[in-house]
Amino acid sequence: MQKTLVTIAVAASLSLGATAAHAAILDDVKAKGYVQCGVTGGVPGFSAPDSNNVWTGLEVDYCRALAAAIFNDAEAVRYTSLTSQERFTALSAGEIDVLSRTTTWTMSRDTQLGISFVGTMFYDGQGFMVRKADGIKSALDLSGAAICIESGTTTELNAADYFAANNMEFNTVVFVDQDEVVKAYEDGRCDVYTTDSSALAAERSKFAVPDDHIILPEIISKEPLGPVVRAGDTGWFNIARWTYYALLEAEELGVTSTNVDEMLGSDNPAIKRLLGVEGDFGTPLGLTKDWAYQIIKLVGNYAETYDRNVGPSTPIGLARGLNALWKDGGIQYAPPIR
Amino acid sequence: MSDIGFVRADLVPAKPAPNRTSGAMAWAQKNLFATPVDTILTLLGLLFLTWIVPPLFNFFIGHAVGPNGTVEECRAIDAGACWAYIYSEMEFFIYGFYDIPQQWRPNIVFALGAMLFVPLLIPKAPFKRVNAILFLVVYPVVSYFLLAGGVFGLTEIPTEKWGGLLVTLIISVVGITLSFPLGIILALGRQSNLPVIKTLCIAFIELIRAVPLITILFMASIMLPLFMPQGTTVDKFLRALVGVTLFTSAYMAEVVRGGLQAIPRGQYEAGASLGLGYWQRMYFIILPQALKHVIPGIVNNFISLFKDTSLVYIVGMKDLLEAVKTKNDSALEWQSANTATTGYLFAAMVFWVFCFSMSRYSMYMERRLNTGYKR
Repeated sequence: MQKTLVTIAVAASLSLGATAAHAAILDDVKAKGYVQCGVTGGVPGFSAPDSNNVWTGLEVDYCRALAAAIFNDAEAVRYTSLTSQERFTALSAGEIDVLSRTTTWTMSRDTQLGISFVGTMFYDGQGFMVRKADGIKSALDLSGAAICIESGTTTELNAADYFAANNMEFNTVVFVDQDEVVKAYEDGRCDVYTTDSSALAAERSKFAVPDDHIILPEIISKEPLGPVVRAGDTGWFNIARWTYYALLEAEELGVTSTNVDEMLGSDNPAIKRLLGVEGDFGTPLGLTKDWAYQIIKLVGNYAETYDRNVGPSTPIGLARGLNALWKDGGIQYAPPIR
Repeated sequence: MSDIGFVRADLVPAKPAPNRTSGAMAWAQKNLFATPVDTILTLLGLLFLTWIVPPLFNFFIGHAVGPNGTVEECRAIDAGACWAYIYSEMEFFIYGFYDIPQQWRPNIVFALGAMLFVPLLIPKAPFKRVNAILFLVVYPVVSYFLLAGGVFGLTEIPTEKWGGLLVTLIISVVGITLSFPLGIILALGRQSNLPVIKTLCIAFIELIRAVPLITILFMASIMLPLFMPQGTTVDKFLRALVGVTLFTSAYMAEVVRGGLQAIPRGQYEAGASLGLGYWQRMYFIILPQALKHVIPGIVNNFISLFKDTSLVYIVGMKDLLEAVKTKNDSALEWQSANTATTGYLFAAMVFWVFCFSMSRYSMYMERRLNTGYKR
């Protein structure tokens, strides 16, 4: 008897799971009326509360773009603050529709966790910060310098590899907590502080005199950060991916949130296709014809969101670097919309 | 009879007046300078105070930047605590992401809670029964609809937006009010003669006590969604709330059991011989005595629950401490050498006020209920 009950229960839960898995995420999202977006607990520039206690940041803008494409309303987003441990579970369990949380795209994550990386919103990489007064100009001058580092991270391994590869003396001061690392560097216990360059820039902006510190030009690791969706729903994956491409394409074509209405009258066929004046690229995605117009109108293009959140005029102050468009010397590249 | 006798003819010369036995000088002499060792210790103590007090005073008040200060003042080299930062980010610390135009709703919840809860604490306040029903039954329902909205024309505010002190208070108040009765039931169950109930209670208590709260929260947040069919999600806030309540109730059960074991067997038998049933015996005779014994233990649990609420950061929720930490990291416009320190100090002060009040109230209750053992 008990055995039968268990069998029935298992079968029931399996079939429930199966039906749920087959339902398209887009339909669920449309039914509930908002996109549930997983973000960090607060990383300035990427996803953090602003002075009005509203989520802002590059990754938040991606979620807003997604909502703009689906609902013509960039505010139809709900944010779930996730720790790095729970982010993938939350995604695969369906608690969030998209994860946009400083997540590095790696092969094992992409292939083993039942999730799919959409693209690279931000090319990050590990860098070094030193005091300007020390006169160091390149990471290759760092042999023997005391390096403040967080223990047990890929940061530590990357730095060890880099030093070994360049035959330099590797001399670390190790801490368990990021805050301690920064404090130690600030107090002069070490000469160098190393972590992802975006984090370096954010920490640098918090110092009493940020200009006393410089970030060295060398980037020693690849940390492509991008949004992630559940694997298995190609329709949703395409929406997520082309929302990102639309941001890039808009920048490439010079369409911004301020001139998008004028651009509707443009003669450039690429702009016509992007804005839905010519052809209909939205309907195959399950969206409307003007999906990209809504994204640009409500959120802006990639350059706008980059400059607003992490660009040189913000306290984070990150130059475009790798994140510039391909034609400007970076590697951000969107396939054509046609 | 001899005529040898002694009759004093003149007065004894007056002795010098005794050392003062009252007044500040006398107190100082008796308590501070009684022996050479005392004197040295006193002097060392004074030296320590002159060393530690002025910098502390300067940091907290003297060189501190008041609520209306600017970040430039906070960045000055000799600036103290940056209270302007706390003042400017206060909304986040209290309400988290709760929409600013809707913040009157949590305010009403806070006010209602204070109006209903404070009279419950004052023994002389009237209408205890009505008051208790209002607080325990009506208030949670009203608060829930006010905070979450979605009905009666109120905008819906999902629990992901709740944060700060609001979350800390909700979790601790709900945890305290639910875990106390649950703990009593578990303690009684553990002493029960019915084998099934007894085993269930023991199993529950021992299982929960054997794992740290972090594990329970982690389990609720990360493992649970994997067990459930896709698409069915239980609110994260609710999961944390249930986790904290179950955890505290297991501890509460053991504290109450300690009280039950202090009651002599004669009391149980006396109750039975009066013809009282099990629940009457417990309610009228055993529990009033048992609980009185374990007030310090119970309040201990409440205080640790209040502080443990900050562990919900594990599941990505922003309680007071996590809200402060978030702003410390992300409010770049307020960055200065003392911003983060001031944030943590603020959180510490809030926690201290709540925990200290609980401890003082429990001491008052102990004195008031200490009728049978007063010496």
